[in-house]
Amino acid sequence: MADNKFAAYICSGCGIGDVLDVKSLEKIAQKEGKMAVVKNHSFLCNAEGVQMIRDDIANDGVTHLCIAACSRRAKAEAFSFPTAAVSRANLREGVLWVVAEGSDHDEVRQEMAEDYVRMGCAEVKKMKVPAGNPNKAENKRILVVGGGMSGMTAALAAADAGYDVVLVEKTGSLGGFARNLVKRVPFNAPHAEAQPTGVEELAAQVAGNPGITVHLNSTLAETAGSPGRFLAKVAQESGAVTEEAVGAIVQATGFTTYDIAKLPELGGGQANVVDQAGLEALAKAANGGAIKRADGKIVSSVVFVQCAGQRDETGTHLPYCSGHCCATSIKQAMYFKDANPDVDTVVMYQDLRVPGMGEDFYRSAQKKGVLFTKGKASRVAGGDTCKVTFRDLILDEENTVDADLVVLATGQVPSAGVDLDAWSAVVTKAEGGDEAAKAQREEMRSTSVLKLTYRQGPDMPQFKHGFADSHFICFPYETRRTGIYAAGPVRRPMDMFQAQEDATGAALKAIQAVENASAGRAAHPRAWDLSFPSARLEGCTQCKRCTVECPFGAIDEDERRFPLFNEQRCRRCGTCMGACPVRVISFENYSCDTVGSQIKAVNVPDEFEEKPRVLILACENDAYPALDMAGLQRHVYSAFVRAIPVRCLGSVNTIWITDALNSGYDGIMLMGCKKGDDYQCHFVKGSEMAYYRMSKIDDTLKQLGLEPERVATHEVAITDNVRVARMINDYVAQLQDIGPSPMKGFG
Amino acid sequence: MSDANNRALGAYRSNFLKEVEANVEEGHWVKMCMQCGVCAGSCPLGPHWQHSPQKIFMMIRAGKRDEVLTSDSMWMCTSCYNCIVRCPRKLPITHIMHGLANYAHRLGLAPKGQPTREIAKLFWDNLVKTGRVNELKFSLAMYFKDGFGQGIKNAMAMQGVGLGLVKAKRLNPLELLGGHGCKDKAGIHKMVAKAREIEDRRKGLA
Repeated sequence: MADNKFAAYICSGCGIGDVLDVKSLEKIAQKEGKMAVVKNHSFLCNAEGVQMIRDDIANDGVTHLCIAACSRRAKAEAFSFPTAAVSRANLREGVLWVVAEGSDHDEVRQEMAEDYVRMGCAEVKKMKVPAGNPNKAENKRILVVGGGMSGMTAALAAADAGYDVVLVEKTGSLGGFARNLVKRVPFNAPHAEAQPTGVEELAAQVAGNPGITVHLNSTLAETAGSPGRFLAKVAQESGAVTEEAVGAIVQATGFTTYDIAKLPELGGGQANVVDQAGLEALAKAANGGAIKRADGKIVSSVVFVQCAGQRDETGTHLPYCSGHCCATSIKQAMYFKDANPDVDTVVMYQDLRVPGMGEDFYRSAQKKGVLFTKGKASRVAGGDTCKVTFRDLILDEENTVDADLVVLATGQVPSAGVDLDAWSAVVTKAEGGDEAAKAQREEMRSTSVLKLTYRQGPDMPQFKHGFADSHFICFPYETRRTGIYAAGPVRRPMDMFQAQEDATGAALKAIQAVENASAGRAAHPRAWDLSFPSARLEGCTQCKRCTVECPFGAIDEDERRFPLFNEQRCRRCGTCMGACPVRVISFENYSCDTVGSQIKAVNVPDEFEEKPRVLILACENDAYPALDMAGLQRHVYSAFVRAIPVRCLGSVNTIWITDALNSGYDGIMLMGCKKGDDYQCHFVKGSEMAYYRMSKIDDTLKQLGLEPERVATHEVAITDNVRVARMINDYVAQLQDIGPSPMKGFG
Repeated sequence: MSDANNRALGAYRSNFLKEVEANVEEGHWVKMCMQCGVCAGSCPLGPHWQHSPQKIFMMIRAGKRDEVLTSDSMWMCTSCYNCIVRCPRKLPITHIMHGLANYAHRLGLAPKGQPTREIAKLFWDNLVKTGRVNELKFSLAMYFKDGFGQGIKNAMAMQGVGLGLVKAKRLNPLELLGGHGCKDKAGIHKMVAKAREIEDRRKGLA
């Protein structure tokens, strides 16, 4: 490879040149930044400016560029030079737009700009152009696990988009739960009548699609590999095993109904008390005529008890709402009313919830004379005349109602396989030699859906209440197992319409995953990223922190217990890099050095100048855009801060904190996404890891004789542009009260 | 009246909702209530009712026939139409309240001595006599509704207003002797009787 040649381009457009001394910035890039080529342009992102850079790359052998202009989030297309390493110094959103106007602030504004130029030059020197994953994985087939409505929809969506699909179904026929239904809740206007399920047609389409290979009576015996190169062993009931090589997996394993026998107080197990699935069976047997009970008596009155064993606050039953049951009971009440309007149908609800256009469906049932009673059933006695005892929530009194049949609206229980938390506890015991735990491990493994050979466990992690993983708030189809996506009621409780929509989304995600894997790129959310982590194994102490802390199970251990990166599974968040105590993990364009050298490049004034320096390490997904937005909206903040975007707060290595404090920074702000149960961290666990690591840093600070306030961690959402400016100003004021860092001048 | 009540009881037994749908003006709307409570929260007389419209509707569905029909709640409605304007399900709540009140009255179940009911009855009786409202007789009927002694007291108390109205020619004392009326009084009486006959037939009250 030819020698590296470094160049800096400073833009004076957008008013930068009017406010900042560009000549002196050039000088800094040349002298301090040691850039071989330094040019300025009055409109760098226009065709002429970009051409100038292209010419330098082509003719002058420039390999590394520092572009000092706008934020790295702006003009990404114009400043895209795939063959060169590019750093961006944020003069527009980071300086021009956020520092207070007027000549009073000229000095600090210029200092801020100069530091950003220094930082940009320092960063690019440590960067390499990512070569892309040489270990490409080019299998683009998609495996769909589960042949219900979700699975069939996902399979057809992927097949229609031109991808080969393998569908594995446990039972002997396609259709899943929907096959047992008489009709479904309407999807289309006027949302007034129940509609045919369409399951037969869908099953026929799947069976007749040449792009879809269907394995019936089959389960997965083992799934190994990573996106673009999964190898699934499909075991048939007969014992035969077929190997299928696939690129991505959609898990659409659906749900089972909550066991009615667990609800004895609501009549579970007693005569003439059924659940919604049981009612479907009775309605199917009636075939449009009068619905009869199991004992053959025609039902003339029926009560639907909503939220049976759901939304339970006592911890005995399901704590959540299954979402579909109100509309399902409405549909089932219509079965009775349509056959005979004189049948008394009562839906007893606490809160009627009909998502989507269900309100029209609800109204339609009311018009048909279905009675809705707002009440909470406390006891159901089965028998020839069932008796429902309930509290009327409007009239605030105990009441009873008799019925020939009682239908309990029980909830959905996801079929998500093994709970990994329980799994890892058992595995730890088993590895310690516990025989009982070993047997339990095999038993658990047999209940697994995917039977992954990952060190993290045989299924994907579960998010809440046993549902398969989902980045619930921001990217619902995303899971912590790259290339494996959950769709339908296995991901969250839902009805058929939502399940089909979900399945289409998951199929598109799977397509995205195989395309990215085959191009050697990362998957969501850094789908363009060609870099991947590598470890300098000579320095590795085999501490396993990276393998444990990787949110995506992308790092295994080789036989010598060194980390073994699985690039297709990796999302490039850098949580491993942040975890590594000996700093041997790095990306080509992002490493402890690229950030560390920026921290050290900042010119920290001595304590007598009364100009504090605050380092901001901002998550580039939400916090850094919020800072940019603050600029766009001209929310002024202190010129004493220096912001460095990081891939995820999880990638923040404590060495950066140490370096910054040693260099005399007065304070450090870490800005990341929301953590916890309703996390918004794009890499799920990154911001949580950062909080955890920073919680350990207090003692170190005290040992150094520093106040714990000098390192502050914040949750910042992408919409927080006003708040982020206020936070910075408050923090700078707080630091001025505390006084300058005693470490100044030692760095 | 109680005969009609017994007939209604026999026809509907436990299904009061169906009775309301068949016999109460706009009663077919009751089943469309979704129990959100916006009517109860919007009613300016809310705190003074025993049962809010929301509760009345729930009681109808729960088959609480006696409690609903003997309730004085629907008599308290001032027809401000706040509930109608706000009801997300577009129920004509004010009309249903009046319909229920009327139905209870016709069945003889409406609470005795309920002032709204009394004034409405006096007004109606006054009106159908001649086809025109005789304001003087109507006022006097109001004064004397609680007995002769109270009537004199009421009249004395209102004396100034009455004389003022006479002076301003807004009140003619001669109206006491019969007063003006429509040209065809017999026709009016016939028309009202026919309307009642039709209504009674429809509602099973005859």
